[in-house]
Amino acid sequence: MKTAARFLCILALLAAAGCSSVEPWVKPYERQNFADPIMALDRDPVSSAYINHVFEAREGARGAVGSHGGGCGCN
Amino acid sequence: MIRARIALPLFLLAASVPVHAGVLPDDRADLLYHRYDGGGVTIDGPSLLVRKKFAEKYGVTANYYVDMVSSASIDVVTTASPYKEERTQGSVAFDMLNGKSQYSLSFTNSEESDYTANSLSFDVSQDIFGDLTTVSFGFSRGWDEVRRRGDDEFAESVDRRTYRIGVSQILTPSLMMGLSYELVTDEGFLNNPYRSVRYLDPGSPAGYAYQPEIYPNTRTSNAASVRARYFLPYRAALSGEYRYFADTWGIGAHTAEVTYTHPWTERWIFEVGLRFYTQDAADFYSDLFPYADSQNFLARDKELSTFSNQMLSVGATYELSLDWKFLQRSTLSFFYDRMQFTYDDFRDITSGGAPGTESLYEFDANVFRFFFSGWF
Repeated sequence: MKTAARFLCILALLAAAGCSSVEPWVKPYERQNFADPIMALDRDPVSSAYINHVFEAREGARGAVGSHGGGCGCN
Repeated sequence: MIRARIALPLFLLAASVPVHAGVLPDDRADLLYHRYDGGGVTIDGPSLLVRKKFAEKYGVTANYYVDMVSSASIDVVTTASPYKEERTQGSVAFDMLNGKSQYSLSFTNSEESDYTANSLSFDVSQDIFGDLTTVSFGFSRGWDEVRRRGDDEFAESVDRRTYRIGVSQILTPSLMMGLSYELVTDEGFLNNPYRSVRYLDPGSPAGYAYQPEIYPNTRTSNAASVRARYFLPYRAALSGEYRYFADTWGIGAHTAEVTYTHPWTERWIFEVGLRFYTQDAADFYSDLFPYADSQNFLARDKELSTFSNQMLSVGATYELSLDWKFLQRSTLSFFYDRMQFTYDDFRDITSGGAPGTESLYEFDANVFRFFFSGWF
């Protein structure tokens, strides 16, 4: 398990270091679409967390739901 | 026991998985009523989420959540008696912004009469690349206590660890993508102390009998997902997501989801979505074992069987015009989800027939979310 944690940290650091010298190709003034609420990846956290809690209670899979949640296993 | 897995982690509700790490989310309160009705199970209750930032650098998020369960599920009616149960969960998270980095620490406690779950999470996210990219990673540790009603001697525990990493990337002025990976390990008492498996027993009138299920005491799972969200030229959004899952119990699962979001006038946002899920059974799952103690590990939990489900979602959000001094804006939202579950190797033993020839189980569920959101 420690190996997995180290691997994840190294991957994150490499990603950060590798990207730092590349010029951003979408300029700040071109990003107005992302400020629109309809583009939010998780517009309503209380709602998305709940529905992912429903999924995790009834499905074998779990994790990697990004901005989503998980939870109890109701019979 | 209504809990069998990790508590709803607050890091998923809080500000620790942002599109941009350099800004804390707005001050906001949400009051939600949720209801799930399907397969003989009804679960409803409230959820209250409040988050507030201080000096633009610090943020606090708190959540109180309740599940009120009334269960007469297929598992319950065939091996036990219908029951009512309540689970309450409280969470608190602290966020700190330092330049383009954000640090989050959260604690969650979940309580019910026969189960207690506590978890602590730490997450870091960092904007890089002229803020086109956000990299995040985090770790959670969970400690569960498992009890059994009517048996004061029974006390077991579960130790959980979760490692996660994610990247979100703005690719074009209208398209963003995200990648996530999460590893979860569990160690301890992982089965349900009330659930049984069935096995062929020619001596019994029904032709089968029951024995308690036995799970391995460790489980490690890997999940990886990719998602994209695209801004359509006429001001609407289309998003898609795919997740692959595999674990050491032999379960493999695929999840695919597509959502379309359409604003109408300045007040309405409509949303429609489709979600598909399919999984293979755990290696030690069987609907009907050939005899008692036929293998080391035994499971007949339908969540570990081979099955699929589909979900259709529709929702609407309406911008209110409340003239309250402390509210900058407020919305009312309603979402309805229709789910259909189809099992390939879990049989409805109430349908009758010789053991192993009963109808395969299937059910539909209705899920409602109704909530008020206020920004202050």
